[in-house]
Amino acid sequence: MKKEKKGWKEIPIGLVLDSGTSKEFETGDWRSDKPIWDEKKCTHCLICWIYCPDSAIIIKDGKVQGIDYKYCKGCGICAEECPPKIKAITMVREEK
Amino acid sequence: MIVARTGNEAMAEAMRQINPDVVAAYPITPATEVVQLFASFVADGLVTTEFVPAESEHSALSACVGASAAGARVMTSTSSQGLALMHEILFIAAGMRLPIVICLVNRALSSPINIHCDHSDSLASRDSGWLQIFTENTQEAYDTTIMAVKMAEEIMLPAMVTTDGFIISHGMERIELIDDKKVPKWLGERKVVNNLLDIDKPITLGSLDLQDYYFEHKRQEIEAMNNCLPIIEKVQKDFGDTFGRYYPIVDEYKMDDAEVAILAMGSTGGTAKVAVERMREQGKKVGLIRCRIYRPFPKQAMLRAITKVKALGIMDRADTFSTMGGHLYNDCRSILYDADKKPLIKNYIYGLGGRDISIEEIETVFEQLLKIKNTGKVDKDIVYYGVRGE
Repeated sequence: MKKEKKGWKEIPIGLVLDSGTSKEFETGDWRSDKPIWDEKKCTHCLICWIYCPDSAIIIKDGKVQGIDYKYCKGCGICAEECPPKIKAITMVREEK
Repeated sequence: MIVARTGNEAMAEAMRQINPDVVAAYPITPATEVVQLFASFVADGLVTTEFVPAESEHSALSACVGASAAGARVMTSTSSQGLALMHEILFIAAGMRLPIVICLVNRALSSPINIHCDHSDSLASRDSGWLQIFTENTQEAYDTTIMAVKMAEEIMLPAMVTTDGFIISHGMERIELIDDKKVPKWLGERKVVNNLLDIDKPITLGSLDLQDYYFEHKRQEIEAMNNCLPIIEKVQKDFGDTFGRYYPIVDEYKMDDAEVAILAMGSTGGTAKVAVERMREQGKKVGLIRCRIYRPFPKQAMLRAITKVKALGIMDRADTFSTMGGHLYNDCRSILYDADKKPLIKNYIYGLGGRDISIEEIETVFEQLLKIKNTGKVDKDIVYYGVRGE
């Protein structure tokens, strides 16, 4: 995401921005550990969705669909909170 | 209506007539009465203002910032240590371009602790991006408080209107009040471009702004200051046309044929006018220049005024602790750099902590300036006037 930077005459006065601009920051860039979700083990308890600080657990019709790697920072909270008997999410080293 | 009012009462009356949407304040001597009286107007139902008694000046101005960002017309009042505690938020209000108006009563900063007048408090906030207007008397304080709301809103910068602590804040004078209904009519509604509470157009305010955009936003703020003098002049003229009292950017008194002059701010302007009249009775061609609009600094109007004379005494009621003299002195030396014709200038730091400045002392300054004019020499460029032991 590279946008042309504007000059001072072109930007709104007083540091006013549109809402929801955090969508433009793809914080997935920051990740050094990556959560891997195992669809077969998942019971769709949604604990990971509740705990994820970046709303990066993708949900559809009350079921986990996967992880939004565009915004997932790799904090590992989902893997930590996934119930021990289920362990549907594991963290692996991000390789680039 | 002609009434007797102290400076604080006059500013409170102005606030009552303005009827701001929000006032958040914390009391401090000698500005306490401004919001104390205003609080009674709120209690008596004379205004519809949401009054927020905050737990500190830092919180008071923070509440003002929030309310102003939400589109409200917002005012507060403080002095000295209170303004110092607001310091962090002053820059935020200016950076967010919020037209908050502070009724500021000038008082010396600690330490040593002192409740009386000097200009160290307002001048320490000089570089915060606020408009700063120094008033000479109660009438001017009242009129300027009303004008400042309009100036701030049109310029989109916050403004502080100052009176001199106790000298004006507690001194009772005859003033003319404007009819209650005419003030809100003249001011109109605040026009808000972006409203924090507009749920149909959600916005982000006060966000993190790093290497990529901070400079651009600050450049906008600088431009607002660069371009605002004509707006200030327009508001002052409009006020004069409507209510009959006209105010200048730089107040010049008996300057047409003056050979020497004093430049001062605040209530000393009034004292110096009497001294000018006494000197004139003796046939001495002296004049007074009073800096009314201090920020933005009125470069051209000030240069026109100060280059009229051969010798100029610049009276600063605060020091910069920089070995460079007072604030006004530094500003004037700076604008004189490019001037073809320069007066001889001498800086008088005076009146710190409320030390009185008398008509006779100002006459003595004029005598010294006349001597400088005659000899063509400034004996000492910065002097501390009225301090013992010099």
